[in-house]
Amino acid sequence: MNTFTTNIQLVYVLAAACFVVGLHLMNSPATARRGNQVSTAGMAIAVVITLVLLIHQGSVTGVGWTVLIVGALLGSLAGLWSARRVQMTAMPQLVSMFNAVGGGAAALVAVYEYIHDESAPGGVLGATSVFTVLDVLIGSVTFTGSLIAAGKLQGVITGQPVIFRGGRALNAALAVIALGTGAFMFTTASLPALLILVLASLAFGVMMVLPIGGADMPVVISLLNAFTGTAVAMAGFVVSNWALIVAGALVGASGGILTKLMADAMNRSLANIIIGGFGTGDTTVAAVVSGDTAVRSIAADDAAIQLAYASKVIIVPGYGLAAAQAQHGVAELASLLESRGIEVSYAIHPVAGRMPGHMNVLLAEANVPYPLLKEMDEINPEFARADVALVIGANDVTNPAARRAGTAISGMPILDVDHAKSIIVIKRSMGTGYAGIDNELYVNPKTSMYFADAKKALAEMTAAVKTLVG
Amino acid sequence: MSTALVTDLTIFVLALLVGIEVIGKVPATLHTPLMSAANSIHGIVLAGALLVGLTAHNAVGYVLAFIAAFFAAANVVGGYAVTGRMLKMFRRKAQPPAPAAPGQPPAQAKSGIPAQTAPNARS
Repeated sequence: MNTFTTNIQLVYVLAAACFVVGLHLMNSPATARRGNQVSTAGMAIAVVITLVLLIHQGSVTGVGWTVLIVGALLGSLAGLWSARRVQMTAMPQLVSMFNAVGGGAAALVAVYEYIHDESAPGGVLGATSVFTVLDVLIGSVTFTGSLIAAGKLQGVITGQPVIFRGGRALNAALAVIALGTGAFMFTTASLPALLILVLASLAFGVMMVLPIGGADMPVVISLLNAFTGTAVAMAGFVVSNWALIVAGALVGASGGILTKLMADAMNRSLANIIIGGFGTGDTTVAAVVSGDTAVRSIAADDAAIQLAYASKVIIVPGYGLAAAQAQHGVAELASLLESRGIEVSYAIHPVAGRMPGHMNVLLAEANVPYPLLKEMDEINPEFARADVALVIGANDVTNPAARRAGTAISGMPILDVDHAKSIIVIKRSMGTGYAGIDNELYVNPKTSMYFADAKKALAEMTAAVKTLVG
Repeated sequence: MSTALVTDLTIFVLALLVGIEVIGKVPATLHTPLMSAANSIHGIVLAGALLVGLTAHNAVGYVLAFIAAFFAAANVVGGYAVTGRMLKMFRRKAQPPAPAAPGQPPAQAKSGIPAQTAPNARS
């Protein structure tokens, strides 16, 4: 290593430090924005120093520069355009798309290095080839897997699990082919083997995500985020760049932790999700309200009276709220209640929304101050003091059946909504959540059901409260 | 195993541990921005894509470099832009930046309301 390349590596270490500090500042909403800026600065440093390195080495051809600059500019425009345009409800899809391109780029770097080394006199180095193969494998799986996940969330591909006969056998075969080819490549440099590895990995990515239901996509996206990080770290080994190794490892760790948190909050093991359990997507089938289950339905006026004369209201938002784009409606109702001196807070279950913390972003978008958003452990003891718990589009996470053994959701941590003095549930129908079981909360004598689309229901309630208190 | 490889592996393992330590403390409120931030960080692969340019001297190399640069740049720029956009919404609050410390929920909720009612309630 000569002095110049040593200095370059030191600058990469600086960039990596910026990423760590940036993530550390994400510990609190107050400093998170600065964290993103520090991280951006680190990225800028890394890119600039790479350009300095390219210029110093002087081996980039004219065509090479054109290709890199035009490619990066077009990519930047595409990224910026989608970042500006995306709806906050569609965040999970966008994150998934960024996973796809990140993983794809990491795989391409390894593919290129392999082709390049293969034609060189020395062939592919033994130790390097392990990382090259892993990079190609993980990167390609992430690329197609993330595209499928994004497609499912966007509704381009059906959210239902796509299962067909022999699907699992095909999956296993693809995995064996990819791993076998990879192992072969450790010892023998071969371009056809590389091609087989790429194709088998791409196919495996598709086949891995297709059988998983739309409701489990948050966990899948977390997992693919971890995959992308790992692929990038592998790319770092391939091009021997510390910034890539550190950044990739950080992302791998964050994806891994979030995946575990999500799986725990759903009370399911990762294996169970990947192999495909009951994650059958959002069930919107309306079950007929049978006579013997004593479901009490309520009109806007009665709901308004309950809310307007409460002293403490806890709002429990679920994915149904996001799907109906009702986050602004709920914020309006909440601030109306607050202006009457009513204490309003929000109970956020860890899996509310479509990715970890998604509901917080949606409510932040609707101008709800973040201190009002309470995490499950913090809010659960407060339900007993609440006059009204207003459940909007949340289902399984409020089902008291989870406390008993022997149900599909047994052991899943839930919000203690049934401890509130009275409960209003806004829901389109009596349809079950994705766990596919009836919610015992709905037949609780304290519960009133308000059957309507969340947005419409909230507008009606807000209007009714306004008329009532004039 | 070469020393360089051992160094690389050491860095990788330590960075993983640092990541687990740092990220384990992020509150659930910020998990979506966190994932988005992590997403932009893996855009560092742009540096890897640029390094391909060093030795890419034929059509195959150019095509791979082009796609890799396009993908990685979309990842970096889009990732940071959307993370910033999200975090800006969190910051716009009229709340004093008292970090959402999970102590004494009743007291906190009470102090939260008047501060919020003033600028925001009539919007």
